[in-house]
Amino acid sequence: MRYAVKIAFRHFLSSPAQTALLISGVALGVTVFIFMSALIGGLAQLLTLRTVGSIPHVTLEMRERSPGLINPVTGAQLAVQKDLSRRQQIAVWQPFIAQMESASGVIAVSPQIRGSAFLIRGQAIAPVGVFGVLPDKLSAIADISSAMVAGSATLPSDGILIGWKLADDLGLHVGQAIQVRSDRQRERSFRISGIFSLGIASADRQAIYMNFTTARALFDLPSGISRIELKVSSVGQAPRLAEMLGRATGLKVTSWTDENAQLFEALDAQSRTGTIIKVFALLTIMIGIASAMLLSVMRRRNEIGIMRAAGVGRLFIVQVFVLEGTLIGATGSIAGALLAWAALAPFPPIAQVKSGGLPIDVGQGGILIAIVLTTLAAAIASILPARRAARVDPVEAIGQ
Amino acid sequence: MSDTPLVRARGLVKRFGSGDAESTVLHGIDVDLYRGELVALQGPSGSGKSTLLSILGTLMRPSEGTHMMMDADLAEADDGELTRFRNQNIGFVFQFHHLLPDLTAEENVMMPAAASAGRETAAMRTRAAALLDAVGLSDRRHYRPGAMSGGQRQRVAVARALINAPALVLADEPTGNLDRESADNVMDLLGRFNLETGTCFLISTHDVKIADRCSRQVGLLDGRVVEGKG
Repeated sequence: MRYAVKIAFRHFLSSPAQTALLISGVALGVTVFIFMSALIGGLAQLLTLRTVGSIPHVTLEMRERSPGLINPVTGAQLAVQKDLSRRQQIAVWQPFIAQMESASGVIAVSPQIRGSAFLIRGQAIAPVGVFGVLPDKLSAIADISSAMVAGSATLPSDGILIGWKLADDLGLHVGQAIQVRSDRQRERSFRISGIFSLGIASADRQAIYMNFTTARALFDLPSGISRIELKVSSVGQAPRLAEMLGRATGLKVTSWTDENAQLFEALDAQSRTGTIIKVFALLTIMIGIASAMLLSVMRRRNEIGIMRAAGVGRLFIVQVFVLEGTLIGATGSIAGALLAWAALAPFPPIAQVKSGGLPIDVGQGGILIAIVLTTLAAAIASILPARRAARVDPVEAIGQ
Repeated sequence: MSDTPLVRARGLVKRFGSGDAESTVLHGIDVDLYRGELVALQGPSGSGKSTLLSILGTLMRPSEGTHMMMDADLAEADDGELTRFRNQNIGFVFQFHHLLPDLTAEENVMMPAAASAGRETAAMRTRAAALLDAVGLSDRRHYRPGAMSGGQRQRVAVARALINAPALVLADEPTGNLDRESADNVMDLLGRFNLETGTCFLISTHDVKIADRCSRQVGLLDGRVVEGKG
């Protein structure tokens, strides 16, 4: 084997221009492979980051209770009407908060009063969703403090925060007084403390934030709460945590992944597309190497013939050409990996990608995998030409 | 000279093609070669010299006939056995040197031994150096074929044929591509190795002068042995 390596290496070095061209081709394929991996991985990370950045990762609510039914008489029809007069609420919630705050991986817990309301300014009325939050938990889920475009991120008992689109639609500005009428028909006036822009159209047009205590009165919830929202350090662990909390609390627990199935489908489709592109990049490399090795075999027919005449076995010939192809693959893949790394390194981390920028995550480029796969593919691609070399008839090849 | 032939071939027939396109190149050749012989194989182009050398060198199988060498029945051996046998017992010198262009003279000489062993050894290097010294090329050990003259390359090819100390060397027009002086040098070498090592040389040649330097001559015409001298 050592001697086969030596001969393969001599072949590899014998035509520098041809070898350089071959290596460039392989390197280009590997660069595409790594670039696609880094881009698709980065895009998935960016989309996930943007999607989960302003939403709760786990939500806990009271389960809906169905009334107990008496078995109907055979043939009778039974209609059950949902009782809308009673608001679903978590009556005893304080113990859960402490329990969740101590749970591993949980970074924020926010008890909330939620409800529907109308924002009224003179003749103009807009439907809104109310977020009643504890003032110190204002930015626990969505980073409202950083999203303020006017006013301040404070929640006095008579102040509310509204999105910029809502403000724009109704011509509202900071300090202005408006009326809020809840779906419980309770109405009171507020002052606009601040205007935010979360970059999520629905939130910027329909969400208003108010003090937790004020929301209690507005929605007739003297002691209970509507829901508890959690954020976790690793979004991938949310489903497991949700399952665990569901068992521990008996509440209805929803993970962010349950409500973003379409995102996962899109990411999955994107990942599959990326895989197809990478497979084609590898196939191109394999075809390129196989073609080059076939040419090499043709060019070296005479040398193969003389080796066979000298009593060199077929296996040795196969080893030489497979090793030669592997050398080309390994060198090309390392060159391509270096090229890709140099090209991708200047891109900022995903969290700092600006609008219009390419979300490249070098860490997901699969540099090591690209090198290993390409080298392996090169070795496989060389087998057919090597077998052809081993079958060269020395009498024909020497052809006196 | 031993009474037992090194090579004994009987009734060698070689046909190429099939049906209407079939042609017979050798018509029942009988030939014996003995250790220490220097035999010239003569005949015009197309007489079957190269085909006979290829069969005796185990590069080609006969269509009919028996081929024994050193008590081995080569007509019955498989490809792997023939390859190993050829590597250990038969050397070739061709009209063109056919050296590997990416190896130095010394590496070319070592090639048959190194490829079968899977590595180059100090013993191989010593023997290659001695052979190159014997062919007068000790100062060209590290030259590649491209940096040597035609005569020098052919002398390297002779050294390569002898690296495994074969019992038989088959030389197909070894001087056909050389000038007179280089041709004489190569024949001097073959003659000297024949005497010193007892290796049997079968040399195919058109050149009467070359044939005259051999101890025995075998003539071929249209695939049949027609004359013998010596």
